[in-house]
Amino acid sequence: MQQRLLFKLLTSLLFLIAFQANAQHEEKVELSSVEAEKEERKEYIQHHLLDSYDFNLFSIKKDDGTKSHIGFPLPIILWDNGLQVFSSSKFNHGESVAENNGNYYKIDHNKIYKTKADGEIIYDEEHHATNTKPLDFSITKSVVMIFLTGLLMFLLFAGLAKSYVKNGGIASGVGRFFEPIVLYIRDDIARPNIGEKHYKKYMGYLLTIFFFIWFLNMFGLTPFGVNVTGNIAVTFAMALLTFLITNFTGKKDYWKHLFDPLGDSMPWYGKLPIYIILVPIELLGVFIKPFSLLIRLYANMQAGHIVLMSLIGLMFLFKSWFGSGMSFMLAFAISLIEILVALLQAYIFTMLSALYFGFAAEEHEHQEAH
Amino acid sequence: MVGAGLVVIGVGIGIGRIGGSAMDAIARQPEAYGKIQTAMLIAAALIEGIGFAALFAVS
Repeated sequence: MQQRLLFKLLTSLLFLIAFQANAQHEEKVELSSVEAEKEERKEYIQHHLLDSYDFNLFSIKKDDGTKSHIGFPLPIILWDNGLQVFSSSKFNHGESVAENNGNYYKIDHNKIYKTKADGEIIYDEEHHATNTKPLDFSITKSVVMIFLTGLLMFLLFAGLAKSYVKNGGIASGVGRFFEPIVLYIRDDIARPNIGEKHYKKYMGYLLTIFFFIWFLNMFGLTPFGVNVTGNIAVTFAMALLTFLITNFTGKKDYWKHLFDPLGDSMPWYGKLPIYIILVPIELLGVFIKPFSLLIRLYANMQAGHIVLMSLIGLMFLFKSWFGSGMSFMLAFAISLIEILVALLQAYIFTMLSALYFGFAAEEHEHQEAH
Repeated sequence: MVGAGLVVIGVGIGIGRIGGSAMDAIARQPEAYGKIQTAMLIAAALIEGIGFAALFAVS
């Protein structure tokens, strides 16, 4: 009883302080500075969503307006009349012109352009840069995270495989956590969707894609500030793999379903008018399926990051006990949801990939029309 | 911008109906929980995918 009273007292005190702080604050802040701060947050969020040439953990703005960046530079690899390799520290976070072997480069809107020594970027009427763009193979922040995730997965699952050999079929260590997940993907995703006969040859891809997406999604929620699965190029590559595997492992029935779905149930002159409409739709579906995969993952992760960053940004905009506290709670709740979404999106990508592989691998009679 | 709002309303109604129906189905047959959940997630993901595609188209 006493505790509850104390709790009530503390809560009301907190609210009082909050309103007090709020009232004091409103007098001081002018509208223009709020607008400027809003712009700054927007810029920060947009910057966070993009890939970058240096691994920047965070930036500190000093009182004199200069920014100091905490992080490390990454290698820039360009193909521009021969290989050009240099460190991204030469760009000085996009602020200066980098010089390498007598060539000058400048970053504009997150892309590297070749410039003259003064680093001038020439724009056309639509504000697109007209400078030549060298072929870019740089190890960017996303690439670093992809390499790291690959290494992590290799170590984890090689260790899991080794522990089976060593302990006689029993997982040890962290493998005990991952074993049920692997089994779940096999028994609840691959087997029912692809079929008992063919599921084995797809298992490698399904497991890889599941853990790859899941780990990268989870890394996106850490203070590393990476947004790899929210990058449309990355999701495109993964969807392309699903597309290629689906079509290259497609059996006779899969192609027959595409080009001759009605089979022998109708004479050819009856099928012709239907097929003029049906076959293009089926063919379009082949491309729409992986396209929806890539858009779904990209948009979900991108949207999640925007919401989370906006709520965290609100904390600094409110600058009051009450407002900042509320947005902190909201950001915390959304973070928890994002952890769930990270798993869910990996699951859905794997699940739908398995479904498409199932269409490709099925050999028996079709019971249903799509 | 109005289009984006309409898209979100449509997707919200769609996913809401799927979720609600799945709840009904689970209440009726709790032993089919796993299967219903899987089917629900797939259907919701498909609608969501269309919604996102439309959002990208209008914005």
